[in-house]
Amino acid sequence: MKQLVYLLVGVVFGIIMYKSEAASWFRIYEMFRFESFHMYGIIGTALAFGMLFVYVIKRFNIKSFSGQHIYIQPKEKSFTRYIVGGILFGLGWALVGACPGPIFVLLGAGFLPVIIVLVSAVLGTFVYGLLCDKLPH
Amino acid sequence: MEIIYGPWPWYVSGFLIAVTMLLLLLLGKKFGMSSNLRTMCAIGGGNKFSQFFKYNWRNDLWNLIVILGAIIGGFLASHYLSLENDMPQISTHTLEALNNLGIASQNHYLPVELFSFEALNAKTIAILIVGGFLVGFGARYAGGCTSGHAISGLSNLQLPSLIAVIGFFIGGLIMVHLIYPLIF
Repeated sequence: MKQLVYLLVGVVFGIIMYKSEAASWFRIYEMFRFESFHMYGIIGTALAFGMLFVYVIKRFNIKSFSGQHIYIQPKEKSFTRYIVGGILFGLGWALVGACPGPIFVLLGAGFLPVIIVLVSAVLGTFVYGLLCDKLPH
Repeated sequence: MEIIYGPWPWYVSGFLIAVTMLLLLLLGKKFGMSSNLRTMCAIGGGNKFSQFFKYNWRNDLWNLIVILGAIIGGFLASHYLSLENDMPQISTHTLEALNNLGIASQNHYLPVELFSFEALNAKTIAILIVGGFLVGFGARYAGGCTSGHAISGLSNLQLPSLIAVIGFFIGGLIMVHLIYPLIF
């Protein structure tokens, strides 16, 4: 039953990503050229409501559906990993115009060459796992 | 019906993305898509190669179900919730820049020059492989992607997420303004 809820959340998320055009390579390219407000509007609105939701959860100590305390684990403190990892991610994001969520959405929409991107992204994650002890964090 | 079949405005989409995150929090989970790539490595036997994949990935299976849903969502949106899967109405300046790169102004949801079987050649395959690799490697190095850092992390006012998002943009700007002219 709970699995079905996760599936539905994913379906809705996929539809949003596609219909908002955030899954389109063109919108990502345009965003990095600062030639449209569209993507900034999406991220800005998502953030404004996201901050509100997280604030309300904390302020009123709202519990999850199963009655658990909602705790958002803070990311560990570092500068190097976020800036270096972030830049590498940004290079890839702008090159293929897809981040990890939209990759799956685009597959469902029938853009089969995206499989190459997905397999390569899994490989990238795997190589990070091999090297993570040797990388500066 | 235009409300459904046309592209959705940014404020509707942004609000719904925040609702997606809220739903996952209320389900006792978190909103982050790139961790699925790690889960896939772990399921595929990554623990034989690195401690990084040695953890109880069964706890993350719910997130794989979310992306299975996202695949279905992409199918439904493109087949049943869109009349045409046309190119987004991007600005004329962007269109001109695309023409200079050899990408047509009349196109589909994704550029056929990169994402169609006809266009697959050594160069485009290399682009897809390198881009995908950077996305996977970078997301894990940075500890998250656009959903995990730019939405979840910033909503929680976390400094590390702000640094990561600044990194995303530095990388994106370098790619589009400095590297694109060299490869396209």
